Amino acid sequence: MTIEFTLNGTRVSLETAPDRRAVDVLREELGLTGTKEGCGAGECGACTILVDGVNRLSCLMLAAQLAGREITTIEGLSRDGRLHPLQEAFVRHGAVQCGFCTPGMILGAAAFLRDHAAPTREEIRAGISGNLCRCTGYQKIVDAVADATDKKEGGSL
Amino acid sequence: MTIRPPEIGSDFIRPDAPAKVAGTERYAVDHYGENILWAGVRRAGIPHGLIRRVEVAAARALPGVHAVLTGADVPGTNRQGIVHKDQPVICDRKVRHAGDAVALVLAADRETLRRALELITVDIEPLPGVFTIDDALDPAAPRLHEDHPGGNTLLKAEIEAGAGAAALADCEVVIEETFHVPILVHAFLETENGLAWQEEDGRIVMIVSTQAPFRDRWEVSHALGMPMDRLRIVAPYLGGGFGGKDGATVQCLLALAALHAGGRRVKMWWDREESFLAGYKRHAARLHYRLGARADGTLHALHARVYYDTGAYAHLGGEVMALGMEHAGGPYRIPHTCIEGWCLYTNNPVAGAMRGFGVAQVSFAFEGMMDRLAQRLAMDPLTLRRKNALRKGDRNCAGVLMTTSTGIGECLEEIAAHPLWKERAAWKAGAGPFKRRGVGLAAVFNAMGYGRGLPDTALAKIEITPEGRFILYSGVADMGQGNATAFVQIAAATLNQTADMIDLVQPDTDRTLPSGSAAASRTTYTYGNALIRAGADLRRRLLGRAAMFLLVDRLEDLELLPGRVRHPATGRELPLAMLAATLTEPERFCVYQYLMPVVPDPPATGKAFKIGFPHLLFSYGAQLACIEVDELTGEVAVKDYLAVTEAGRIINPQTSVQQVQGSVAQGIGYALYEELQVEDGIIRTENLGEYIIPTALDLPDIKTSFVEVYEETGPYGMKGIGEVAANGPLPAIANALTDAGGAPVNRSPLTPERVLASLEAAKKGTGGACGTAAWREPHGRRQGGAGASAG
Repeated sequence: MTIEFTLNGTRVSLETAPDRRAVDVLREELGLTGTKEGCGAGECGACTILVDGVNRLSCLMLAAQLAGREITTIEGLSRDGRLHPLQEAFVRHGAVQCGFCTPGMILGAAAFLRDHAAPTREEIRAGISGNLCRCTGYQKIVDAVADATDKKEGGSL
Repeated sequence: MTIRPPEIGSDFIRPDAPAKVAGTERYAVDHYGENILWAGVRRAGIPHGLIRRVEVAAARALPGVHAVLTGADVPGTNRQGIVHKDQPVICDRKVRHAGDAVALVLAADRETLRRALELITVDIEPLPGVFTIDDALDPAAPRLHEDHPGGNTLLKAEIEAGAGAAALADCEVVIEETFHVPILVHAFLETENGLAWQEEDGRIVMIVSTQAPFRDRWEVSHALGMPMDRLRIVAPYLGGGFGGKDGATVQCLLALAALHAGGRRVKMWWDREESFLAGYKRHAARLHYRLGARADGTLHALHARVYYDTGAYAHLGGEVMALGMEHAGGPYRIPHTCIEGWCLYTNNPVAGAMRGFGVAQVSFAFEGMMDRLAQRLAMDPLTLRRKNALRKGDRNCAGVLMTTSTGIGECLEEIAAHPLWKERAAWKAGAGPFKRRGVGLAAVFNAMGYGRGLPDTALAKIEITPEGRFILYSGVADMGQGNATAFVQIAAATLNQTADMIDLVQPDTDRTLPSGSAAASRTTYTYGNALIRAGADLRRRLLGRAAMFLLVDRLEDLELLPGRVRHPATGRELPLAMLAATLTEPERFCVYQYLMPVVPDPPATGKAFKIGFPHLLFSYGAQLACIEVDELTGEVAVKDYLAVTEAGRIINPQTSVQQVQGSVAQGIGYALYEELQVEDGIIRTENLGEYIIPTALDLPDIKTSFVEVYEETGPYGMKGIGEVAANGPLPAIANALTDAGGAPVNRSPLTPERVLASLEAAKKGTGGACGTAAWREPHGRRQGGAGASAG
């Protein structure tokens, strides 16, 4: 079937099987390999994307569920070649090691910060607890998210 | 990117981070291609048996299936293995664990691949299985490898120092315990995968998630009977490794698939369940200890018997156990030791390298013993450790003279001075209702490098381009630990250039030079030492060329500055772009091979270890865990954690802290949550929903500090820091539970059930809650059985 949706600000229309997993559509048909797959079972969060601004697991979504939605992948978070403040904070604070959880983690954090104006470290930990990271122990990720929160200045990230 | 040359010892932002946060870094798994084929493996599904027949006709007939291959289709030896070649690429006669490969399918898409794999019928005559350490020690057990002379004992070895176990008779105090640790998975987020194809000239190119691209080439070459120069292995940044990608995973299968793909690209990508089933694991182990001391707490003798369940194939099992044995006595002075080890084949998943390579297991035992000894002697556990801590000039538990930086004493001093230690009584008293608090210690160490008998070497290669930029060719994979960052920092510092002048080439057997595996806490030490010298050669060459143009007689009168060479006396400068343009092709490259030093006079023990014993260099750590135990649920929360590490000089604080925080996080998983449950060879924890790794909510903020003891042989004084801190959390948390009033627990992980049992046992005064067993002979099942060489 033909599926139309907005992807990183651009309208796309593609012909695909409606029961194809969204993560496969993004990675294989649209070439957006920034979206990772770590477990295929909704446990690790590596495949997180934003669907109408809400973090969702693209390994548990089917292509048909993308129809009519606004989808943001990690590639769509930076604007005009400039990294998003969360991305900059991850780089600065050393929140990246192998980096495989990073796209999902950043998108998850972005969705969390949209709904939480001034979260505590404990709230940030809860907010990112659906995204597994095996390298960092999360501490520098929390540092980065907290720093990005401070720089938000009341506005949306 | 910094605009000045990086300084050694200052934070240096990882050059790989911007592409990783942007989602543009291409891992092996992000490589596809036009018209690709998908390759997948039919697994045995049963843990031990003889293959009667593999019926593939229905799968072959399925539209979209390109090829179906079995063991009969494997050219070459059809055997892989780093030390012992005992693992079939595709089993042709016998299966030895449930994840063994019995057929390989190439299909046009993943759905067709899945259906084709289901259409293969495998007729296997089941054999009785060997599933436990006791099973494997039983001389009457079925043998996994009929041609292995040791039966199911892959390796039996012994390390003896001083008067050995006999010295226990001279001790005023002897304590005895048995510890048990389970199988773990690495749970890297990027599962095992690769993309391969055959070029028109017949060469195979493979982009693969690997820690050892050059060894992979050798493995594939041997297993498939291909000359090594017909293979090119490319290793992009890995989405985690931790030891689990140190050894062939998809490599031989994928190369075989490529040989049957008619030039099309073939992708193999294990899903999480397949990764759990077929990937390498951390060894389960049983550790019997008898530790003897003088009445004043001076350690005198240790007799340890360690048993490692290595699973179905040798892989790195013997070497993992060897390193565990070399560390069995902890970072302490024990003059008399006897450390015996049995590395055992079972029909369980294949075990191999995982961060703390055999050492994480014994750390639980020796640090558990230290706390019990302190309790027996009514000594403060920190005082006991400080009293016995290794110093330079001592011999360690393997009888090796410590001649390099040995900073465990300084780490313990830092713990002693820390508020978390000094104010622990007040903190513990603040536990709320139905809560208990405890503070536990661990002192650990971890060797660096391959050890004697297996040259630990790296070849650094650096180029100045005709435009005056630099290209650094790394031969060692970066699985996230940040060695590539260290290489850029070292190259830039050595050449006094800004980091943005340096482009990094990741390992590629065609372009970079053999530099060993990303393993053994060795990467930055070995490659870094080579790189400093290659950089010095290049610096000298650039100054030499400038001297010719500037008519300067002595190189020391010239300075290499960012982008230029300067003659300070006259202020004249030449841009690197101008100088580089005058260099001929061979002049633009500098290569240096470094070989890690080894113990010059190894003790006459450990003769069963063919390679990798003993080690010269160690990193050290002392850690403190502050835990709160829920008396009602048995849950343990780690409220505070301090990790002090001695790994030589710290050249990049940010990445060093990353390594320690990540190690502690994995160690906390080992302590509290992680266990791959395998029943009769079948995995019961199949994905990350059942196998629990820590989330952000399970970990505290970890306090880290470094004792910087300059290591004379290290690049800028550093030693490896990738593993040592992973060894501390299990013993520190177990010791904290005892401090919180629980009975000692000798079996990990410390699940709520075990913690409740520990609290209950302490209440009843019944002592050891779990896992404690009397000292026993190796043949646990058959007392007095005449098996392999019992010690």
